[in-house]
Amino acid sequence: MRHSIPALVLAAVLLFVGCGSQADPAPPAAGHSAEKALILATTTSTQDSGLLDELLPQFTRDSGWQVKTLAVGSGQAIELGRRGEADVLLVHSPTAEQAFVAEGAAGQRRLVMHNDFVLVGPASDPAQVRGLDSTRAVAKIAAAQSLFVSRGDDSGTNAREKDLWKQVGITPAGAWYQATGQGMGATLRVASEKAGYTLSDRATYLAQRNTLQLDVLSEGDPRLLNVYHVIEMTTKAGDRVQVDGAKAFADWIVSPVVQQQIGRFGQAEFGQSLFTPDAGKDEASLGP
Amino acid sequence: MLLDGLLQAARLLLTGDGDTWSIIALTLRVSLTATALALLLGVPLGTALALGRFRGRRVLLTAANTGMGLPPVVVGLFVTVLLWRSGPLGAFGLLYTPTAMVVAQTLIAAPIVAALTAAALQQVDPNFLLQMRALGATRAWALRALLAEARLPLLAVALAGFGAVVSEVGAAQMVGGNIQDETRVLTTAAVLATSRGQFALAIAFGLVLLAIAFAINLLVTLAQQHEARSSAP
Repeated sequence: MRHSIPALVLAAVLLFVGCGSQADPAPPAAGHSAEKALILATTTSTQDSGLLDELLPQFTRDSGWQVKTLAVGSGQAIELGRRGEADVLLVHSPTAEQAFVAEGAAGQRRLVMHNDFVLVGPASDPAQVRGLDSTRAVAKIAAAQSLFVSRGDDSGTNAREKDLWKQVGITPAGAWYQATGQGMGATLRVASEKAGYTLSDRATYLAQRNTLQLDVLSEGDPRLLNVYHVIEMTTKAGDRVQVDGAKAFADWIVSPVVQQQIGRFGQAEFGQSLFTPDAGKDEASLGP
Repeated sequence: MLLDGLLQAARLLLTGDGDTWSIIALTLRVSLTATALALLLGVPLGTALALGRFRGRRVLLTAANTGMGLPPVVVGLFVTVLLWRSGPLGAFGLLYTPTAMVVAQTLIAAPIVAALTAAALQQVDPNFLLQMRALGATRAWALRALLAEARLPLLAVALAGFGAVVSEVGAAQMVGGNIQDETRVLTTAAVLATSRGQFALAIAFGLVLLAIAFAINLLVTLAQQHEARSSAP
């Protein structure tokens, strides 16, 4: 029995591992085969707000496709699409999306929903931007050198923030301008702890408002519209892109039933909808 | 907040929350498999590094020692690039699966196991092998006796490897993708809960992770101490 214990531990480990792998092919949510799994690259806002958790199990039931969600910034999501690593994208960076679709590897791009961005900051509002429109607000923040926390991750929100700076002709730099390189939830947290301003999508802000010391200071400006599109990828991006899965997902998310569900999402918990469903509408007609 | 987390951890475990249990099961499955594979790779390598007399031994030993500090994110990035659909191993479709996580964690743990095994075996009296051979043991038998002699440090090696992989988040996030019901482990679940502002839940996941690490260490330590006592003269 002298050298039995390491052997025993190893045996136990292997046994456990063995059992584990046998149990594997039946994931709890669905009885479908694991091979039919598509990769959805999307933004942190759809995951951090909880929307996908609510919608996706139903898609799996309806279609038999498992969805592997990669919640990254819109910039990275588009890059994953370009490389053929993702089958379908749900993103909110319209300028970058149009350029990407023009490259030719992407298939259909359809309007799904919108909400809006809000400029949030500490209630004390050191730069006095409450109630101003978004460009005047960021110009005043820069003039006052009040702390602004940027995503800095090439996400859709980050792209919009950079647009605002561009419109006022300011290149933000200096100790007052800090980039976290993280998702929306984490960036809101940093802004809250450091009493700084930041630009957030409304859904993520509302979902976390209770744990943040940040108020909405500027909203309702057409420049703050946040529009989500679904983009199907094609085999031009890569041989292994699952075109049928991409189409199934895109068709599903713009279908009337799901659109209604998107419109209802958040009402029970936050007293207001987090997203406005827009499938089939003309993008130019949207207002915040 | 900490108290909330503690209460929530207890609630998650006691109420048998299905999601939590599947996250725990996956965490254990991935990290224990990776540890077992790292032992299979690392113990022979470490033994060769400790006892072997070949060119490049010192360089390899230094490499293994350096590998102990290998950042999980770097390993994760490396494995991701290999497993991309467009990458060299893309045909297997392994990215964002538990298998990819096992691969990455094995790569993280193997250098730790190899370096610590080498250190453990070099602790044993250098004359031990010589004596065994003199007593007429074959090379294989002498080696077996040596590993048996060093079994207590080797258990510690296994624990160090397990501790490194069960607690890492960088590689698990990158190659696993933190996909619900599929590749979400305790560390990535805690990060997600934090970014959602669900701090009590995040702390609860952290505490569950701590409890698992403690339970496994307790088990092995008890075995180790029992063994140490019973084999004392």
